[in-house]
Amino acid sequence: MALKKLLGGIVVLGALGAGAFVFLTAPERLPAETWAAAGEPDLANGERIFHAGGCSSCHAAPGAADDQKLVLAGGLALKSPFGTFHAPNISPDETAGIGAWTLSEFGDAMKRGTGRDGEHLYPSFPYASYARMTVKDINDLYGYLKTLPKSTNVAPGHELPFPFNIRLALGGWKFLYLNEAPRVELANADETVKRGQYLVEGPGHCGECHTPRDMLGGLKTDQWLAGGPNPEGEGRVPNITPAEGGFGSWSAGDIANYLETGFTPDFDSVGGAMVSVQKNMAQLPKEDRDAIAAYLKAIPVR
Amino acid sequence: MKFRTLAAAAVLAAIGAGAVIAADEPQVVRQGMMKSVGGAMGALAGIAKGEKPYDAEIVKASLTTISEVGKAFPDQFPAGSETGHETEASPKIWEAMDDFKAKSLKLGTDADTVLASMPADQAGVGAALGTIGPNCGGCHEVYRVKK
Repeated sequence: MALKKLLGGIVVLGALGAGAFVFLTAPERLPAETWAAAGEPDLANGERIFHAGGCSSCHAAPGAADDQKLVLAGGLALKSPFGTFHAPNISPDETAGIGAWTLSEFGDAMKRGTGRDGEHLYPSFPYASYARMTVKDINDLYGYLKTLPKSTNVAPGHELPFPFNIRLALGGWKFLYLNEAPRVELANADETVKRGQYLVEGPGHCGECHTPRDMLGGLKTDQWLAGGPNPEGEGRVPNITPAEGGFGSWSAGDIANYLETGFTPDFDSVGGAMVSVQKNMAQLPKEDRDAIAAYLKAIPVR
Repeated sequence: MKFRTLAAAAVLAAIGAGAVIAADEPQVVRQGMMKSVGGAMGALAGIAKGEKPYDAEIVKASLTTISEVGKAFPDQFPAGSETGHETEASPKIWEAMDDFKAKSLKLGTDADTVLASMPADQAGVGAALGTIGPNCGGCHEVYRVKK
């Protein structure tokens, strides 16, 4: 009898705990007033943010060239230790894409990883970086995305084994890793460094590959931009902190030139997944590449 | 004493021989060739960016290096050199050798084209880089595995 009561108590407590977890980590929506003052999008700035974010690198069809990179049909497979993710169609098609979404629905996905149906999105979509983006940039970006061609392609679903296929668990992931705090505190940062910080830590989502991850797939932020194993295959993603004997030997001019031309200081050409990133960065105004370079020279060595 | 000298000489000879053998390996040869192209591109870029004064001799020598490497480079991929010596050569080279050769030869002929109308100033060198430069990424993106 006593044992039964005890067991019953455990079950009740467990259920309460699970309920509390689900309640506390439920997919979040930002208050409607967040977007109320957004106004008419600035499409030129939206295009700039589109390139800074490299949206087409994952959301255009794999291998798409030139103009086709603006058709965000989805389909790229992103391999990870947790399974294979497939980038969805984010073209303005009303059914296959996100054409019917409101700005607040788009913004909740970008800043809170919450899908249109109120589900948790997987952090393969780098909202843990985009959370740092301004409302203005998200509004401008969404306005620009709406001007791009529609695609009716339906990308395959993610291929994830148990337990990674349980979206509810992502609430716990977000509790641990989703915030809007700066990745590094930079004393006396000037406007250029601040702009670089915004681009790198926010839309550019550089840390998603250049920072090592822990067992749960969260960024080891004390190793910010220190590089790590390549999640997609052999080799390593380089350390891009100003470390002596490494990236520290690159001047700010070298970094900006690399982002513009794809050539390293000793004239090797950009390789791997960085190829498409560099092509996007080349589309930015020079001041943005200079800002990224200034920030990368200002961050702590790791 | 004499034995020690002999032994030391033998060790030196062995090291020397080893170095010669390693330097002859196609993986090492082609890495050296790419480095020489990188050096030549760097010399041209220095002039194009105005960091170095225009120097016709340097421009000519750099373009000649690029031309020669472009033509000789595809010969450095014999069977058996697919791996080793930290090669970044993609297996795709051996699957599509004709295309790989064509891409490399185009680097050579592009350099020849520029040489034929020798760039005469900083702007000319900049334009030359615009012709030659895309060959680097165009080939690397397909046939080089970045590690």
